Amino acid sequence: MSYRVGEPVTIADRAHRGHHRTPAYLKGKPGRVERVHAAFRNPETRAYGDDGLPRMPLYLVSFARSDLWPGARASGDHRVYVDVFEHWLEEGK
Amino acid sequence: MERGVHDRGGLPTEERIDRREHALEDWEVLTDALAGALARRGLVNVDELRRGIESIPPVEYERASYYERWLLSIESILSEKGVLAAGELDRRAAG
Repeated sequence: MSYRVGEPVTIADRAHRGHHRTPAYLKGKPGRVERVHAAFRNPETRAYGDDGLPRMPLYLVSFARSDLWPGARASGDHRVYVDVFEHWLEEGK
Repeated sequence: MERGVHDRGGLPTEERIDRREHALEDWEVLTDALAGALARRGLVNVDELRRGIESIPPVEYERASYYERWLLSIESILSEKGVLAAGELDRRAAG
């Protein structure tokens, strides 16, 4: 596992036409690793008849609401928690 | 950033979210059971099911209900794998 709990990360800002579990609203956004779940079969290949191996590490990553939707009308800030596969993570600052 | 029709998290809307519970129709319960049975037989896994849903043309996607999307996906994945022949479901439904 390449990332540790508490580490800052950035979600890769890349287009991917096929099935993937990284929602558009996270791409390019800074977050923080909250938990290392385990490694799971890769849905991006498993969605096309492949066995999804090798298993890819999955992380719970948190994001500040103000980073995701800076213009939103909301009182105060809160964090949004999303499971993200390792190959969508980049080192944060 | 290009996003699929399903990938709508965070898009702005003024509409209120309908949080009411609603009873499922029999065909919806059966559709759920069908997807479970196909997964246990190794014919359609959950990622394929989702890929099939995400591949529904946008206009049809918006018109379809939740389990209608499941049915459309199941039909297209089974057709793709040759489990269903082209037009087989329509012929059977026509009796």
